[in-house]
Amino acid sequence: MAYGAYEPGSATAVTPVTVKILVAGGFGAGKTTLVGSVSEIRPLRTEETLSERSELVDSLYGVERKSTTTVAMDFGRITIRDDLVVYLFGTPGQRRFWFMWDDLSYGALGAVVLADERRLADCFPSIDYFERNNIPFIVAVNSFDGTQHHSLETITQALSLPGHVPVIRCDARHRASSRDVLITLAEHAITLHHQAQFA
Amino acid sequence: MRHEGEWFDSEAGPVVRPYALTGGLTRPSGQRLDLLDMVRAVSTGTRNRPLGPEQADLLQRCQIPVPLVELAADLNLPTGVVKILVSDLRERGLVMIHRAKSVGLSDLKILQEVVDGLRRL
Repeated sequence: MAYGAYEPGSATAVTPVTVKILVAGGFGAGKTTLVGSVSEIRPLRTEETLSERSELVDSLYGVERKSTTTVAMDFGRITIRDDLVVYLFGTPGQRRFWFMWDDLSYGALGAVVLADERRLADCFPSIDYFERNNIPFIVAVNSFDGTQHHSLETITQALSLPGHVPVIRCDARHRASSRDVLITLAEHAITLHHQAQFA
Repeated sequence: MRHEGEWFDSEAGPVVRPYALTGGLTRPSGQRLDLLDMVRAVSTGTRNRPLGPEQADLLQRCQIPVPLVELAADLNLPTGVVKILVSDLRERGLVMIHRAKSVGLSDLKILQEVVDGLRRL
């Protein structure tokens, strides 16, 4: 694919390289908070249209159905350089929203699965999706109430995660903590890249 | 709606009739649009039909290149609606679309630049 200038004769405005990072997790796990705390732009919400479950095929691409509802999607932006921009997308992880992930996950660097340790089971659909689709992911346990109910080892076991998947704690309200979550994911992606090279 | 009980929970937004905003258009035309496609207004197009207020607003906001998803958020419209409005503007030659190069696992150098850039935040 070619990436040219915007108009013939225009020497400006190189289209930036974009990196997508997905933020998944159950309701109330802190997706909106994490995206908002680390984004350089105000937390933005938009909505994807979706049709009835029975008609999910291609449902992101058309609004002709009468029975259309929407699902909220958070997104944020981190400009690394003028020509390198990270976009964060946060959407619900429930199985019925998977078709949205199909659209979003194309070309994604990887995913953060946010976990609320009081409701660990909410993570299963997200983990299931990223495992099936071979998308690098980490699990970030959002300890926003300050209490830690389980050890990370216990959580790893409870989620039946392979040993190489990083499981960390975070406080999604804090920018530095959310940033560290993204760094952990990017480093994990690099590790997987090396492993794939030498496999 | 058949599955009403299952759909209307805390994750779901309001029921909308998006085609009311798209002048009756129900599907985007032409090449499929991505959320991160950059949209930019160009001056060469024809206005053989008047622009709706949403499309006029869209055009105003993409005088500099803006990703489609940001337009949707700025205009507070579902992305599906914005895709249709943008594809119509494209057909009429009023905007150009530039596909951002997306980096997955393939580019180690860029992945490392992302890590370094995040550390500087």
